[in-house]
Amino acid sequence: MTVYLDHAAGSPLRVEALEAMRPWLTTSFGNPSGGHAVARRARRAVDEARDAVAEVLGCDPGEVVFTGSGTEADNLAIFGVVAAAAGGGRPAGVACSAIEHPAVLESVEAVGGDVFAVDERGAIDLGDLAKVIGPATGLVSVMLANNEVGTIQDLSSVAAVMADVAPAAVLHTDAVQAAPWLDVATLARPAQLVSVSGHKFGGPQGVGALVIRRGVTVRPLLRGGGQERERRSGTHNVAGIVGMAAALTATSAEREVTAARVARLRQRLVANLGQRLDGVIESGAGGELLPGIANVRIPGVESESLLVLLDDAGVAASAGSSCASGAMAPSHVLAAMGVGRTDARTAIRLSLGRDTTEADVDVAVAAIVAAGQRLRQAEPVGV
Amino acid sequence: MRVLAALSGGVDSSVAAALLLDAGHEVVAVTMKLWGGAQDSGCCSVGDVEDARRVAQQLDIPHHVFNFADDFDRHVVSPYVDAHAAGRTPNPCIECNRHIKFDRLLVRARQLGFDALATGHHARRTVDADGAVRLRRGVDRAKDQSYVLFALSQADLRDVLFPIGDLTKAEVRLKAAGLGLRTAAKSESQDTCFITADAGRRAFLEDRIDLHAGRLVDPSGATLGTVAAVELITVGQRKGLGGGAGERRYAVAVDVAAATVTVGSTDDLRTDGVRLEGATWVSGQAPPPGTAVVVQMSAHGQPVAASWDGSTVQFVAPERRPAPGQAVVLYDGVDADEVLGGGTAA
Repeated sequence: MTVYLDHAAGSPLRVEALEAMRPWLTTSFGNPSGGHAVARRARRAVDEARDAVAEVLGCDPGEVVFTGSGTEADNLAIFGVVAAAAGGGRPAGVACSAIEHPAVLESVEAVGGDVFAVDERGAIDLGDLAKVIGPATGLVSVMLANNEVGTIQDLSSVAAVMADVAPAAVLHTDAVQAAPWLDVATLARPAQLVSVSGHKFGGPQGVGALVIRRGVTVRPLLRGGGQERERRSGTHNVAGIVGMAAALTATSAEREVTAARVARLRQRLVANLGQRLDGVIESGAGGELLPGIANVRIPGVESESLLVLLDDAGVAASAGSSCASGAMAPSHVLAAMGVGRTDARTAIRLSLGRDTTEADVDVAVAAIVAAGQRLRQAEPVGV
Repeated sequence: MRVLAALSGGVDSSVAAALLLDAGHEVVAVTMKLWGGAQDSGCCSVGDVEDARRVAQQLDIPHHVFNFADDFDRHVVSPYVDAHAAGRTPNPCIECNRHIKFDRLLVRARQLGFDALATGHHARRTVDADGAVRLRRGVDRAKDQSYVLFALSQADLRDVLFPIGDLTKAEVRLKAAGLGLRTAAKSESQDTCFITADAGRRAFLEDRIDLHAGRLVDPSGATLGTVAAVELITVGQRKGLGGGAGERRYAVAVDVAAATVTVGSTDDLRTDGVRLEGATWVSGQAPPPGTAVVVQMSAHGQPVAASWDGSTVQFVAPERRPAPGQAVVLYDGVDADEVLGGGTAA
């Protein structure tokens, strides 16, 4: 039996999503852009999904653009706003925090943007933000919650700094990791652009959405049939879109109860690890953290080795982020939080989901303790 | 046994893993991500990792990727760059085997509870009745890789397997084709793995150290010409050193501090012996002075007869001098099959 503690990488499909998708994978079909009854039925499914997503994310349906992934939503926000601003003669400078997901960080770097710092708990350094952005800044990107450590940002304080020093800038937030756990409608209210990804909250893979609030202009990344009000061409992934919407609605309905329960499991996980293994460090401790993500560092235990032993023991976890080869990449998030490279090599990310049980946590703790003790007793390896 | 099989994404290591499975071992595959460390912003060889992953899928064994890029940077790339900066000729494959495959990875294999680490090297190991392990050439002499393994110790060799050492390359490819492995017809890697064929060694070094123009001088010190970068010249090299019709010029000494490359004839390259630095011995014991040996001074160099005097290899007949920094590997003097040990040419 596998204990799955990698929900931040991808969560199992919710039954509500499957049921919503089933007709669109079997009897129903059609291109929503067509003009006949078959197409109209598909169009209606997409538009009803749009209503549902807008309801949960706190925006108007017309502000929701369906994409092929969270990454695409992030790319559309950054490249789209920059290109539109530059084309319109408006400020087009870009900045993001040092702990953004690569979908944001790489996009910001690709347009020559700037990066501002976080503190040791992973919270935005508002002083550095104020120094890095200015009147020439057109877009600031700050993730609502971090994917490796789980740190939650206060976007209203970010927006306040922006209003002071970069009045022309719009705020984008990558809410991909926040969506399963937080009230995005409220917490992302200060942002003009919001990215989410279906498979993080029980929807299918290969579908995401970007909220683009009225008044913000983006230039499309993909050109073609002009779908999504000419902001994202390409035939709609009807099954994916209705599945994502159903998962988001179901997640939202039970969010408070689930988040509270999983937060207790997370607490149990971290506390038990700390009791049974010497020196365990919880990354980002003391800050606001997601219920579902625990990033812990176990001194003297390389995460690469630990993960192999956990895999053997049937516990699926990760070390945060991977590079294209599938190797663990040194974490830029922990580095930005001031964690040294050697220390960072001992970090593992345990991410819980709505289906995680107390028994899962206890099995995982036992496996991590056993593997950690074994690796500490084995030939020392310079960490 | 539980064996960790290092899969490089090439045909040799693919077949090595397959043979271990045939023999009934429990096999887990690993590919090392070595490049892309602190000094490098480029990509790792994603294609090779992909091939390794697909082979593991075909063999239905777990596959992991270990990121040893920082270690590779420290133990292989930096010394490579430093050697060039000092006008020496490094051998990064040997340092990689010494510090990465048979140290970092082997230690990790033991930590993870594996009984052995297997690689796809063309080499053999045999075990004496008393438990001593001997390192020998692969049966395919044209593909033999024992030269780059000379630094292995008894402790290393006890936990290492070379499953394809008894096969010729043709047999390896046949086995791979028989299993339908996607790497069966893959061409072999040749050059230094962290230097791209496009940019080349010069561009690689230029990004990391200052290259200095220098003078070509004859053995008396008289200037014969110029050279664009003394750090790129290897003792024994002929290309790029000019020289008129008739006599061929070879680099016989590189002095980075003086920015000179001394050139001469093949006679000036000849030497009676070469002193070894940092010599190591597979058995753990240096052979007694006076031992007749056969030495090899490059990966596929011609074996030459010599004797070991305790610090220096004395050639039976004068030989062309290896470039300082090159590995000199000693084989037994009987049939030049067993690796005794080796060191770095002074």
